[in-house]
Amino acid sequence: MSEKHKHVADNHSKKPPKSTKANDSNNGTNAADAPAPAEDTASAVSLDTAGGAMGPSAVPVSAMSGTLPGGPDTLLRRIFTGSGMVSLLAVLLALILGGLLIASTDKQVGATATYFFARPTDFLLAVWNAATRSYVALFQGSVFNPRGNTAAAQFAPFMETLTIATPLITAGLGVALAFRAGLFNIGAQGQIIMAGILAAWAGFALHLPLGLHLLLVLVAGIIGGAIWGGLVGYLKARTGAHEVILTIMFNYIALYFLRYLLNTPAFQRPGETNPISPILDPTAVYPQIFGTQYRLHLGFVLAIAATVLVWWLLNRSTIGFEFRAVGANPKAALTAGINVPRATILVMALAGALAGMSGVAQVAGTEKVLTDGVAATYGFDAITVALLGRSTPWGTFAAGLLFGAFRAGAVQMQIQTGTPIDIVLVVQSLIVLFIAAPPLVRAVFGLNPRRKKTATAGKSTTAATTGGAA
Amino acid sequence: MSTTTTAPKPGTPQPGTTRIQGSSAKPVTWKIPILLAALGLVAFVFFGVMGPNQTAKFGISSAGDFFQLPVIEVPAFLAGIVLSVVLLGLAGYAVYLKTRNQSAPRWLPIAFIVVFVVAFLIWLVGGARTPNISLAGLIAGSVTLAVPLVFGSLSGVLCERVGVVNIAIEGQLLGGAFTAAIVASITKNPFIGLLAAALAGAVVSVVLALFSIKYLVNQIIVGVVLNVLVSGLTGFMFSTVMQADPEQFNSPDRLPIVDIPVLSSIPLIGPILFRQSVVGYLMYIAVIVVWIGLFKTKWGLRVRAVGEHPEAADTMGIKVNATRFWNVTLGGAIAGIGGSFFTLVAIDSFTKEISGGRGFIALAALIFGRWNPIGAFFAALLFGFADNLQSIVTIIGTPVPSQFMAMLPYLVTVLAVAGLVGRSRPPAASGIPYVKG
Repeated sequence: MSEKHKHVADNHSKKPPKSTKANDSNNGTNAADAPAPAEDTASAVSLDTAGGAMGPSAVPVSAMSGTLPGGPDTLLRRIFTGSGMVSLLAVLLALILGGLLIASTDKQVGATATYFFARPTDFLLAVWNAATRSYVALFQGSVFNPRGNTAAAQFAPFMETLTIATPLITAGLGVALAFRAGLFNIGAQGQIIMAGILAAWAGFALHLPLGLHLLLVLVAGIIGGAIWGGLVGYLKARTGAHEVILTIMFNYIALYFLRYLLNTPAFQRPGETNPISPILDPTAVYPQIFGTQYRLHLGFVLAIAATVLVWWLLNRSTIGFEFRAVGANPKAALTAGINVPRATILVMALAGALAGMSGVAQVAGTEKVLTDGVAATYGFDAITVALLGRSTPWGTFAAGLLFGAFRAGAVQMQIQTGTPIDIVLVVQSLIVLFIAAPPLVRAVFGLNPRRKKTATAGKSTTAATTGGAA
Repeated sequence: MSTTTTAPKPGTPQPGTTRIQGSSAKPVTWKIPILLAALGLVAFVFFGVMGPNQTAKFGISSAGDFFQLPVIEVPAFLAGIVLSVVLLGLAGYAVYLKTRNQSAPRWLPIAFIVVFVVAFLIWLVGGARTPNISLAGLIAGSVTLAVPLVFGSLSGVLCERVGVVNIAIEGQLLGGAFTAAIVASITKNPFIGLLAAALAGAVVSVVLALFSIKYLVNQIIVGVVLNVLVSGLTGFMFSTVMQADPEQFNSPDRLPIVDIPVLSSIPLIGPILFRQSVVGYLMYIAVIVVWIGLFKTKWGLRVRAVGEHPEAADTMGIKVNATRFWNVTLGGAIAGIGGSFFTLVAIDSFTKEISGGRGFIALAALIFGRWNPIGAFFAALLFGFADNLQSIVTIIGTPVPSQFMAMLPYLVTVLAVAGLVGRSRPPAASGIPYVKG
């Protein structure tokens, strides 16, 4: 462990100073216990996230380029790891654009636009009203509904947000963990499905005592996800096949496998022609934590536990360090004595296991049956969750809550204002796009890009200035 | 672009790196012989020994044909035995070559696939409740279903050959389908809709190009996000605009089926080649043009140079990022035309998620076709065939669940990328942004 830290510390001392404070302090602590050795074999390592305090990094360079990063400091990483300010502005910008989209299809806006030049205020007011009406409904559907009679009813939307956030968080953690090891896990969807299949089967086919049954369901789901993820890791490690292609294909294979199973006697509910499984035993489902009036279930607590676990794994454990080392530079990791194929398989299995928890949360928590819509779009949303969370455990947790709120609120928004749920997809994807391109966001908001560094900063400033014109 | 930058040169191909896909250059492996032998055995056991005892009937003429050909009747059991022995023979030849340390010739896996598909088809039909199938209809349907796949995979070929991974094919198809429907409905002219579809696909591509080339955002991320964005936008517009007034906004006229006289009456190939929609003819033209363009022209050489070794291309004076930008845009336009197939040819209205994941099958076809327009075309045909067979399987009632037929393209792709079906190597710089300096 300390041997590996040496390389890292050595690298940090050679790099131009990073902008993030975390890295500076990290550099200091590491340098203290590991005096920089002369041998600098791993010169290409760019572990700016190494050590205890993690600097944020959405996707390791190797994952982004498919090849080794050529130098210690990379433009890609810096573009991807904009400040928190940029994240905030990105969310704001996405919401504004979403609001404009809502307004563009609003009848009142269309009516006032016909006499725009006579009374432009009418038009602007209509735009403002259309957008804010939808967003207020979104807020009331996701956080706090002042029109509820009791406090319980007023906070019901928030509970719904947490319920929907649960599978998003765990699947997002799975994607984030793989990102940190330099792997693109697009396969959360398939992993959720496989987990759902095993968990649901354990839930309705077996009849076990309370406690034991739920535990078995959980373990079955986690194993299902882990196998489906681990298989991708194995194929990648053994044959070099790219995980993006593999996971996309595995998603579909899992989906069709599920559809097949739901038409077999083993899975189809007796006396039912629709592809739907029997209801899970009461002993096999998550208990509801705040009483029966809310759907919120034990899965949310497990999601918090999973977040802590992933945080510990990435920042405090040897294997987590290996994951990050592989993610930053597989070749250097190999040189440092890390078993890269093993790390690849393991990280994919763990990512699958985390996504598997989402599958369990779906069948044992919210749905209580298995249908072919068990994964909904959680697997794909998980990618945006992980990206928004910059692949850090708590960032992913927060992003999961945000997108859970969007999802929960969108239902209410559609009922109240007729704005389709799809607006959530638009806002979600815009957020990720903007976060990925901080120069664009800065240009839009007229923030002058500061020249923090001499060498590579020139690149991002040109990008930012030209971004305004583009 | 500043020249003082110390940014990495990610275009440099480095030995031992994980590329978009493994390209382990081991000269001769046991993979192919073992896989062929295993499949041959499977074929022998299932199609031969345990094969059905009926006579499979294949109609090859349709009613309007120039001259009628008799229905082919195949005793399924016998055919299963004979064909699986042929398969085993091919596998044996591959094993023999391996023992002499020679790799199997290129025709061998292809011949194996063809014979295997034929044996599979005979087994499938022979085991059905009604062992009777119109081969003409099957093939014509396969070609029709393959149209959007071919356009999508051509888009992928153009993008990846120039070094940009295009995961956004699905979004380009969907965007094209939506725009075609709405523009054709408003203008009452499906041809304007077709043009608009190309434009919409190009717009999606421009976003991909802008973010991945200018802002150096990871191409896979942009692709994934673009798919979500297009899905959200089209879904939103569908719910708000189209459903409010479907008469005005979602009732495009279909593109006419152009029937070339005489030629279209040739049995079997007539309907495939000479009784197509405009989009169908465009498909054949696009495949040929892209192939000639990529492999027979100066432009194509430059494109491939940019995709394989951008630094070398840059040194030779090729504008790497400009080439990438225009190629990706062109690819998007082609995928957009493919998208118009859904709303202007297949059915005459748009619904949410009408492309239904076909962009990802197109991606699979492009990999299975080894980043070659012709290869991608045949791979797309194979996947279209599987898609069509899936619906026929449910009609004639066979022992194979239709879900497994639907799964087939994805399974085949997994085998292909895992290096089991030959070696498929992507362009070396695919997925790697180019930073000059």
